[in-house]
Amino acid sequence: MSDDQDDDIILSELEDEELVLQMHDDLYDGLKEEIEEGVNILLERGWEPYEVLTEALVGGMTIVGRDFRDGILFVPEVLLAANAMKAGMAILKPLLVETGAPRMGKMVIGTVKGDIHDIGKNLVSMMMEGAGFEVVDLGINNAVESYLEALKSEEADILGMSALLTTTMPYMKVVIDTMKAEGIRDDYIILVGGAPLNEEFGKAIGADAYCRDAAVAVETAKEFIARKHNQLAAG
Amino acid sequence: MAEDALDMTTLPNDRTLTYDGLNAKAGGRVLVIACGALAREILAVLRLNGLNHVDLQCLPAILHNHPDRIVPALRDAVEAAEGRYRRIFIGYGDCGTGGGLERAAAEMGVEMLPGAHCYAFFEGVEAFAARAEDEFTAFYLTDFLARQFDAFVWEPLGLDRHPELRDAYFGHYEKLVYQAQTDDPDLTEKAEEAAARLGLIFERRQTGYGDLERTLLRFAGDGQA
Repeated sequence: MSDDQDDDIILSELEDEELVLQMHDDLYDGLKEEIEEGVNILLERGWEPYEVLTEALVGGMTIVGRDFRDGILFVPEVLLAANAMKAGMAILKPLLVETGAPRMGKMVIGTVKGDIHDIGKNLVSMMMEGAGFEVVDLGINNAVESYLEALKSEEADILGMSALLTTTMPYMKVVIDTMKAEGIRDDYIILVGGAPLNEEFGKAIGADAYCRDAAVAVETAKEFIARKHNQLAAG
Repeated sequence: MAEDALDMTTLPNDRTLTYDGLNAKAGGRVLVIACGALAREILAVLRLNGLNHVDLQCLPAILHNHPDRIVPALRDAVEAAEGRYRRIFIGYGDCGTGGGLERAAAEMGVEMLPGAHCYAFFEGVEAFAARAEDEFTAFYLTDFLARQFDAFVWEPLGLDRHPELRDAYFGHYEKLVYQAQTDDPDLTEKAEEAAARLGLIFERRQTGYGDLERTLLRFAGDGQA
């Protein structure tokens, strides 16, 4: 989406709709400063922070995610786009707290014990936040105790576990089995992800779903939360 | 795929092994279908042990950057070779296929290398597993990867274009362990330079061919019977 003409574009002169589209392009190209500028312009024009987040940032990142899935974009480009989105979110976050935004639910997320890979997990955290979830990110190398403590103390709805290594992914089952043993497994929605995982593995270890990328994680989380609300309403 | 005799002196260069692979025919009774990253090492083991009845075919090493392509490529290669050899062996570990390669090997009735990656079987799968708990912040290079650091690490991760992403990838790593199959000061220097570029502490560990040699000898020995 890079275009030499981009150099001539003055963001503040664009109509709202054009500006949002331009921000999608800028996000795609990982242009952090342009994203910060675009966010500030929309806010100055009276946009609600939540609108800026969903339409300009999440909308743009969804395109990035789709093209990553289709093999058009690769990890470096996704990381650059994520950095740009993160910069935009940093402006919006305090405002979202002030103005209020739909609360979807709370997720505790972390990479499993023995694993230090967090690129995928960080993308999921960011996209979940963008979708209105509160995210408690435990970082890397998490033992079962760390997950369980956070789930309880944070009163979370969702547990997200990530692993990049075939040698560490079985640890997800250790966590789920411990939750079963403590009788708390069904209190949480458990989503798992990571390059060597697949749907079959997710089922085998007793997770609610395997999510192949951040966009799928967001959609799956929304579905499960809606189902939970429906069950509560029916009950 | 590059055609070649079973000889170290005519081994294709790393670029060919990375992107094209190797088809070394010697009229052998058994075949090893391996990753291009192991071509030199496997040929060295075969040569050192006089295993002249073993043919070697290598798939492009760069498949490692797309593990989902490894199993289909191997299935095609095994299918194409069936009937021409008494036995076929797969010179891959799990290699990021999430158990897919093991399942495919079992279905095809062929053996494969043990361990998750080449750095596990070079060090010895058991020794590597024993160390893993304390060493999960290590990034590994083999001889091949030390030579091909740019093609397999630096460029695919976009660090040639965006060095600022380095910490997003390697921020949690602490050291780079160079597992040396050979004793080559130039390679050691390259590996040390790679560690510096990644901002990691450097450690050199002489492994030799480890379980690669042990497994090949067992397989090739059985094939002689």
